[in-house]
Parts: sequence; structure tokens; C-alpha cells
Amino acid sequence: MNLSATQESPAVRVGLTALTVVLLVTLLLLPLAVVFTEALKHGLAIAADALVAPDAIAAIELTLIVAAISVPLNTVCGLAAAWCIVRFRFSGRGLLITLIELPFSVSPVISGLVWILLFGANGWFGPAFDRAGIRVIFAIPGLVLATTFVTFPFVVRTLIPLMEQQGASEEEAALTLGATGWQTFWRVTLPNIRWGLLYGVLLCNARAMGEFGAVAVVSGHVRGQTMTMPLQVEALFNDYDWVGAFTIAGLLSMLALLTLVVKAALEWRIGSRGGPLL
Amino acid sequence: MSVELRDLSKSFGGVAALNRVSLTIAQGEFLALLGPSGSGKTTLLRVVAGLDFVDSGDITVDGRSMQSVPARERSVGFVFQHYALFRHMTVMRNVAFGLAVQPRNRRPPAREVRARVQSLLDFMEIGDLAHRYPEQISGGQRQRVALARALAIEPRLLLLDEPFGALDAKVRKSLRVWLRALHDRMGLTSIFVTHDQAEAMEMADRVAVLRAGRVEQVDAPARLYAEPASAFVHEFIGESVRFDCIVSDGLARIEGLPNVQIPTTCPAGQAVALIRLHEIGLLPGPGPARVESRHLVGPMCRTVVALNDDVFDVLATEAAWAPAPGQTCNLDLSRARIYRSEPNWDS
Amino acid sequence: MMQPARHSALPGFNLTFGITLLWLSLIVLLPLAALILRPWELGLAGVWHSITEPRVLASLRLSFGVAALAAVVNVPFGLLVAWVMVRYRFPCRNLADSLIDMPLALPTAVAGIALTALFAPKGWIGALLTPLGIKVAYTPLGILVALIFVGLPFVVRTLEPVIMDLPLDSEEAAATLGATRSQIVRRVVLPALIPALLAGFGAALARGVGEYGSVIFIAGNMPMISEIAPLLIVIRLEQLDYAGAAALGLVMLLVSFAILLLLNLLERRIHQRT
Repeated sequence: MNLSATQESPAVRVGLTALTVVLLVTLLLLPLAVVFTEALKHGLAIAADALVAPDAIAAIELTLIVAAISVPLNTVCGLAAAWCIVRFRFSGRGLLITLIELPFSVSPVISGLVWILLFGANGWFGPAFDRAGIRVIFAIPGLVLATTFVTFPFVVRTLIPLMEQQGASEEEAALTLGATGWQTFWRVTLPNIRWGLLYGVLLCNARAMGEFGAVAVVSGHVRGQTMTMPLQVEALFNDYDWVGAFTIAGLLSMLALLTLVVKAALEWRIGSRGGPLL
Repeated sequence: MSVELRDLSKSFGGVAALNRVSLTIAQGEFLALLGPSGSGKTTLLRVVAGLDFVDSGDITVDGRSMQSVPARERSVGFVFQHYALFRHMTVMRNVAFGLAVQPRNRRPPAREVRARVQSLLDFMEIGDLAHRYPEQISGGQRQRVALARALAIEPRLLLLDEPFGALDAKVRKSLRVWLRALHDRMGLTSIFVTHDQAEAMEMADRVAVLRAGRVEQVDAPARLYAEPASAFVHEFIGESVRFDCIVSDGLARIEGLPNVQIPTTCPAGQAVALIRLHEIGLLPGPGPARVESRHLVGPMCRTVVALNDDVFDVLATEAAWAPAPGQTCNLDLSRARIYRSEPNWDS
Repeated sequence: MMQPARHSALPGFNLTFGITLLWLSLIVLLPLAALILRPWELGLAGVWHSITEPRVLASLRLSFGVAALAAVVNVPFGLLVAWVMVRYRFPCRNLADSLIDMPLALPTAVAGIALTALFAPKGWIGALLTPLGIKVAYTPLGILVALIFVGLPFVVRTLEPVIMDLPLDSEEAAATLGATRSQIVRRVVLPALIPALLAGFGAALARGVGEYGSVIFIAGNMPMISEIAPLLIVIRLEQLDYAGAAALGLVMLLVSFAILLLLNLLERRIHQRT
């Protein structure tokens, strides 16, 4: 006999919890376990060798370079966008928010495709850039552009609800005390949003380093030159070099795990759930 | 320094927040802006601080127009309703903020800033809180920090937005006295917003009653109570009883009370009679009113009287004559004030 | 087009608005303009022909069909997980909570090869299924598995805040009126969750339609059978058929847009109710 109005009977509760744990373990934990098992199948030494292979090192370097360019760009622009969207009311504001979130609803492949349409051999600007000797597609600029497109909304999206919730009164107080706009930003706004900003940057970075579809389209797959880590994973996997593929995949998984840990810590810090990663 | 507001108007999406507001605040004056929520009092305060902008009208401070002066150059001390303390700074750094952001050539050296802030904190009786963060101190202490922060820039004008709104009744009472004393001691000119009439009446030199973006009346508290300029002010300040009446031949007559005729200058037609509870006289009956019950409240006696379908209280001293419950009586309403009727003033 | 409706005391509108508009134009609007304009190089008939090829139609049917199926599966899965996470306390609950975000944090290529290894005939799960005659890897079933993996967090994270905000007293009120627990769940709790369930379904669907990395390894990529629409875009690009690729991309984008619109309408409906 179940006496509680707001709870299921203990048996149902245990059953549902068990079902959830089984579901989470099979669907979410097993894939992660497979990555590390496959990577270490032939021992740590072989996995370590795969990690220091010249192509692997080049892929790691390229991934870091791409993220190091697109993440700061999106951070600065995300801050600017959040400031004007949250602190001002203007016509077209809703449209602006929709447009900023657009990249999230676009297939990664399309996010790469659009840059080929602009800068590819048959693209609008491709031939002109080619004549000027600037390679965009199948080179680092293309990878950066595709990554920036895909990660564009992360920072703004985290900051908008945070800044709305905090309100403008501290900034207004700073103004009445004689602070300039920049002083207000550096001394009042930025310290107040720093954890939220870090959260957005973290998500942006995780996606920038892990993006596959968009960069796959613009990369050209030149080994040792235009292969980021996820692309290197694909190439090794298709070569049946499973240890190599899963070793780099393991490295990316550790990045993902780190992201989740820092995310949990930041959510605790911000004092509320930051919502889904996307 | 004196402030003059001339014909200020502002609307938000078609709704008038300020409707041709004109006010003059003299040097050293403590002015309260009193009104129900939505009456435009906070907007008016923000306009003076340069945080909001009017559609028309002008603000002058000591004769100088503030129209094109940005908030940060007005040197106005503003205390926000929820204090708006910088949550990531200690009390010391909060209060020092206004000095720390001054241009390098005008900024006092760090040592002097610290000394000045500390003495200001001591003056405010919160000297030992200098290294706490806003979330670590009580509401009343936050209020003092907010005030200290606003005063640190030595403002010419102090603006306070519902300064005691977030405090409990006891703290509120003691802070009122303290703030008024502070105002006098520092020779400030202050404007403060409140929806609490007791607060306004107790603290201010003059009270401006606002309603739907308009100034209904500006007067000293005693006059405001004794001579309300409109039915709205009469009912907003103090307790009153309202009777519908009809004016003709310079006399107001209340329905159901044929004996009552109150002389008035109000134009003929529908009007309202408003009277304070203690101004109502009870006369021996039989008459149209019926006494429901009586209770002593301290030295006063509260008599509950029913007239037609209305029930209201009458206040008198314990010693005054009053009919026993169940008896009927006549009413003396000669001290009532007659106002033109405005059926939906509170919309 | 965009002008501040009233000026604010806070500075920086022109600067931040300028940066935002510039960045948005360069990074989002210009590329999307290319996507919208380039298909028409083929002419109207050419576009029509290009998107009605049997292979294209098959891939679109597959992408949208499997994504919808995965989203349908994820509704009860997500409801179960969200309910348990919000209402129950059990050991390692925080760990489980972080795990839910795994599909979003894990790079899609990693998820793709991991799922392939797991469901391949000799993989941990594949080895259990092969004797039963179930083939997952390199079939449309594999695509379904990948899209369930990817879509689960969308349903869970949409539901969680709504379950958290469910007023307990309405459940208690139902109980005082004589309802049993299962009646309460069916008549009080579930109806309140329907908008969120639909929203989560839509989000999972939208993500599934465009998904690429986690799908292509496990899909087998057989034309007409297990070839998803995004892969066909890649193939057309490799053939330098830019306009054809753009046409297919545009079709997918428009459908995604319709889903986004529906989501917004749903969200507005939810806000109206509460």
C-alpha cells in the first residue's frame, strides 16, 4: 500500500532508479570505456607511441592553434553581443538573438559547406583569394572559420541569462559614482560575470577542439597539415589503425571529461545549473 | 545647491511615467517623493541622477542645465533600492570605488583614499565591517554601506530610492532618525522616494505626492495632512471615510443624511466628502446611523458605525460621549472636505 | 534597421552593437547568404531535379525518419532519467548527472568510433546481439543507436527544470481528492510535462537530422539504404557539385528552421501557461 501522495512506492522507485542507471551505463558509459580499452589493448607503450607519431603531434598542434584563434574571437564578440542585447532595448533585438543562435540549429556539414561556397575553387571569393595567393579552404583559415561558425553562440548564450538575472543596478551605481564605461566594464561587469564567462568559454573550447563535421568538409584531409585531432581519429580508424585512432580519441575523451568536471565545479560556483552543454 | 525640475515628461510605450512634473528643491532641503507604485517617483529620481532621460522638460542644478551632463559627471549620490553594492568587493573597496575611478590627476593617493573611507565608515558606525563582503553583513549594515559609498564622492545632491524598503520595521525606525540627523549634520540636499506615508511625514521637510506621473501636492507634512489639495491626497495620507454627495447652491448634501449640509466652493454636481476618523462627531439619536460595537484602543475609543450599507470607524477619546452598541445616533460631518468626484482615481 | 528605442545611461551601445553586427555578418550571415543563393545557379528546374533524385530522397527520408524515431525513443528514456534525477536520491547521483552531458561533451567522431566498436559483430554489445540475429553496426539500426545517444541529453535537460518546478501541492491536492498515485501521475503530472516533452522531442529531432560525426562510422553508408543526407552533401562537394550540395543543404536548413520555429512557438505556449 502506497501512502505517499507525492512519491512512488519504494519498489517502483528502486526499479526506476535501477533502470536509469542501466540506461546511462550502457548508452553513455560503455562507449567511453570502449575508447580507453581499445587504446590500451596492446599496452601503454604502444598507445604512447601512437600519441607521439609525427602526424598525431601535428594534429594536436593544429587543434590547439584553431581553438586558440576562434575561442578568443568568439569570447570578445560574445561579450559585446551580450552587453548590447541585455543592457539595451532596440527594435530587431529578438531577431538578433535568433540569428546568433542559428549556428546551433545548422548541421555541422552545412557549417563547413557554406565556407566552401564562399572560398572554394568554385566559390564566390575563392578565385580572387587564389590569385592573391591566400589559401582559405583546405588550410588553417578555413578550419578557423568553420570552427568559429560552429562555436559562435556558446559565450553569448551563457552570458545573456546571467546578465539579465544580475540586472544593471550595479553598473548604474558605478556610473553615478563617476566611473567611465570601460571602468564600469572592467571593475564591475567583468568580475560579476567571470564564472559564467569562464563557463561559456569552456563549452566553446570543448566544441572547438572536438568539432568534426564542419572541419571535415573544409579540411581537405592533408595528413600532417590540415588534420585536426577528430579528423586524425577518422583517418586512422579508416586505415584500420584502431590503436592509433582510439588513442587520440582517448585524449579527446579526457578533454571531454575534464570539461564535464570543470562544468560541474563552475555550476556549483555559480550556484545554479547552467543548463545543457548546448 | 538647489534643484529645479521644469515640466518633465516621459512615457514608456505610450504610458506616461512623468506628466509635466515641476518641482523646486532648495539648498539643504529634505524632500520626500511619495506615491503608490507606478506613480513615477522612481523614474523621477532616476531622471535627476541621469540614469533615465525625459522626453521633454529640463533639470537645472544651481541654475545649470543637466540635460547634456552624463550620469557620471553629475556628482549625485544615489542609493539604490536594493543597494546595488558591488558583490565582489569588500565594504572598503565598495566605498572607495568612487574615488578610485577618478582621473589620475584628481585621484587622491591610495593611502589617503583608505584613510578617508575608514573615517567615513567610522562616522557611519560600520568601521569594523571594512573587510567584509556585502553578503556577509545585515540589511541595515548594507544600507549604511550604500549610503557611505554614495557620500564618499562628496555629492552635491543625495538621492535615495526606497532606502528602507528591504528592512524590517525595527531597523527601519532607527535608521530613519539616524538618516535625518546625518542629512542635517552634513548639510546635504536630499530627495528620497518612498511609498510609506509615515516615513515621508516623519522625515521630510516637504513631501511631494505623486500620482500617475503627476505632482498632486507639495507641502510640509503637517499642511499636507491638514489641508489635502485633492481627494487622492486626503485618502493616501491618513485614514479617512468617504461619502458620496451632491453639491448644489454651494452646499454639499450626503445621501441618507438629510440633516447634513456642508458649505463648499465645489461646483454643482457629483462630489465626494472626505473626513478623518477623529473628525466625525456622534450626536444623540434617534438617527440614521447605528452603533455596531465599541472597543478601547489605548486612550482612544474606536466606535464601529453602520450607515446604510457602509460600515466605518469613528475615533474619539475615552472620555467622550458615545452611544452604546445597538443604539442609533446622528452624525456630525461638518468638518468633512468636499472634492470634485473622480470615480477611478486609483486606476 | 536596428536602432535603440530609447537611450540608456549605460554606455557602449554603438561599439558593442557594431562589433556584434560585424561579427554576425561575417561569420553567420554572409555564409548563409551563399547557401541560400548558390543553389539557383542550377535554375529552378535544376534545383528541383537535384533534390528529387532518388538517392537524395532516400537520404532525406533516412535522415528525418531515423532522427524522428530516435527522438520518439528518447521521450520515454529522457522522461525516466529526468524524473529519477530530479525526484530520487541515490548513490553517485551527481556522477550520473554529469554523465548525461557526455554525448554533448564527447567529440562526435569519438562517439562514432566508440559506438561502432561497441556494436560491431565482435564488439561488447554486438557480440551479444549477433546470436539473436540482430545486426546494428553498418545498418540503419546503427544510425538509430547513434542518434539516441546524441539526442538523450536534449530531452533530459529540457524536462529537468520543468519537473523541478512542478508544484508538489497540486499532487497533494489530487491525493486529498482521493486519487491514487498512478492516477496522479497520469492525470496531474504527465499533462503538465507535455509541452516540455514536445520541446525536448523537437530539440532531439533537430539535432539528429543534421548529425554527422557520430553517425557515419556506424552507418555503413550504403547508397539508398544507410546513406544520410549530410553525407550526400559531402559527396557532392567532393564531386565539385557546389550548387547541388548547397541545394541539399538549403532543404535541410529550411526543415531545421521549421523545427526551430515550432520549438519557439511551443516555448511561448509553455510560458503562457505558467
